[in-house]
Amino acid sequence: MYRYDEFDHDFVKARTAEFADQVERRLAGEITEEQFRPLRLMNGVYLQLHAYMLRVAIPYGTLNSRQLRMLGHIARKYDKGYGHFTTRQNIQYNWPALSDIPAILADLASVEMHAIQTSGNCIRNVTADHFAGAAADEVADPRPYAEILRQWSTVHPEFSYLPRKFKIAVTGAERDRAAIQVHDIGLHLKKNAAGELGFAVYVGGGQGRTPIVAKKIRDFLPEEHLLSYTTAILRVYNLHGRRDNKYKARIKILVHETGVEELSRQVEAEWQELKDGELKLPEADVQAITAYFAPPAFVARPEGDEAVKQARLDSRGFSEWLAQNVTTHKHPDYAAVTISLKGIGEAPGDASDSQMEAVADIAEKYAFDELRVSHEQNLILPHVARADLKAVYDALVEIDLATANSGLISDIIACPGLDYCALANARAIPVAQEISRRFASLERQRDIGELKLKISGCINACGHHHVGHIGILGVEKKGTELYQVTLGGSADENTSIGEIVGRGFGPEEITDAIETVVETYLKVRLDRSEKFIDTYRRLGAAPFKEALYGSEAKAA
Amino acid sequence: MKILTANRLTDGEAVWFSTDHRWIESIEGSEIAADKAAEERLEAIGKAALDNNQVVDVNLIDIQLVDGEIRPLRLREQIRAAGPSNRTDLGKQARPEVSRAA
Ligand code: SF4
Repeated sequence: MYRYDEFDHDFVKARTAEFADQVERRLAGEITEEQFRPLRLMNGVYLQLHAYMLRVAIPYGTLNSRQLRMLGHIARKYDKGYGHFTTRQNIQYNWPALSDIPAILADLASVEMHAIQTSGNCIRNVTADHFAGAAADEVADPRPYAEILRQWSTVHPEFSYLPRKFKIAVTGAERDRAAIQVHDIGLHLKKNAAGELGFAVYVGGGQGRTPIVAKKIRDFLPEEHLLSYTTAILRVYNLHGRRDNKYKARIKILVHETGVEELSRQVEAEWQELKDGELKLPEADVQAITAYFAPPAFVARPEGDEAVKQARLDSRGFSEWLAQNVTTHKHPDYAAVTISLKGIGEAPGDASDSQMEAVADIAEKYAFDELRVSHEQNLILPHVARADLKAVYDALVEIDLATANSGLISDIIACPGLDYCALANARAIPVAQEISRRFASLERQRDIGELKLKISGCINACGHHHVGHIGILGVEKKGTELYQVTLGGSADENTSIGEIVGRGFGPEEITDAIETVVETYLKVRLDRSEKFIDTYRRLGAAPFKEALYGSEAKAA
Repeated sequence: MKILTANRLTDGEAVWFSTDHRWIESIEGSEIAADKAAEERLEAIGKAALDNNQVVDVNLIDIQLVDGEIRPLRLREQIRAAGPSNRTDLGKQARPEVSRAA
């Protein structure tokens, strides 16, 4: 993975010192909250319901064991013994004291991490496929390009005060695991007929109040133009994006209001000015960054087949986990492992200090020291020899992280919601917990098959509810929580926005409503091979409405 | 009826303005404003506390008395006064010596 060079070290150190000074002056009363607020946000410090919150960037979700151990250490020393992994592949601490934050940032800097640009109207942490570098189906590792974008966008003077925040996601496979079509820019790394690398470029996707699927404005952009083209897009956005209305300030609104043809024309025109200039990526630079992401030296471990076979016979738990949480790797003797942070009845994405440390140990011992955070709020060991899978499973059982539910209904995305978040309208975590408990039976979950359930505590949609096969949005109605259900969303290469199925449900009704939707699917699906989303696409909302609202639905 | 709440500057802890004119960590014991004049007085206190950097995010919130205990009308404020509903081991609710509001 990428290692800081001297410049990076000096830069992060200087920023940490600068913010430490700002905190000191704030605590001494030398600067007001109004003056301090933008400064703290630039360093990832929010104020939530119970305390400050620190959001730490995990570039494209990639970590090594030293870093994860440090995240665990911070959780223990400065927080309340846990952290929350988010849909942005970041981690959030819910309870840090402002006076401790300089020390936390210094600890983070010691392992090449920081919290810069995790807030504000700038280019945020670039996200990527969590199986990047391991996936059998990728044409190339997208992370070198994410890293190039990270370096280019870090304190970029022109793009530090955009109309609104800006999110870029990159994938290197046809199968989109990075939800690129609901990002401001989505990049799909691919090869052209001549075998050269480049990107399909999507623009103007997003969730929140106005969910929109991104439009493809280029089918193939040669890799050397990554920065010049991205700059062209951002220039057009920076110039024309609406600053008069916060709710209309994202690039998706600009694309929508301008029209995709006219917008692409503007981008192309801007790009003509830039494409042969200094932003053109020299091949040597791309190679130098790519070298940081060179795959580990995979030695042949052909004994894995036999080991896995035996272990499956010995342990039903292992067998189920293998079927659900282990993904094919580009090397036949290896596999990628999903560590579910969705134990039955647990808060999605939360991990304790000791779990983080233990996972770091496992990664060091069995996974070439590599880890990923997925936008689905799980941890990933991208490279595990199949021969070591049983040992990894046993180690995960020890720390209660061997739940075999990856991609199933209890693998729920949920934002912090009203239990923590100052912007929330309703709780999300307890809803996730109750649904998870209702569907606790693994046998039942596996019968239901792939089902992406996503919950947000307000319309900002951090919990990606718009693109859940089943989405749940918490709203506040007359002082109480109400949950709207959407169906048919999807965040993969066939991205779609879910449709509201009907009137919302109270907190005590929502789990039953979800169960009704699921039972309806089981009744109307063609057979077990037809996934929930495919059944929904075939039949539409009607059978689900009928089941949820009965005659009321017919009357409507 | 309204009470005055904020978060303490140094550590972000949720606090309320008390009948004995301190910022306390429990909603019980908050000074209650029952009329417009009292609300304005609390508002001025909040503004002063913000200005002299004791607290941030100052708000007057609606409450009712349930069996003599203060209960915020909005769930948001109920959760602030108790702690995360999914983690009863955290927040005020985990420290009964600080709060009986949970
Ligand atoms: S979706 Fe709303 S409630 Fe959930 S984390 Fe985002 S802003 Fe907070």
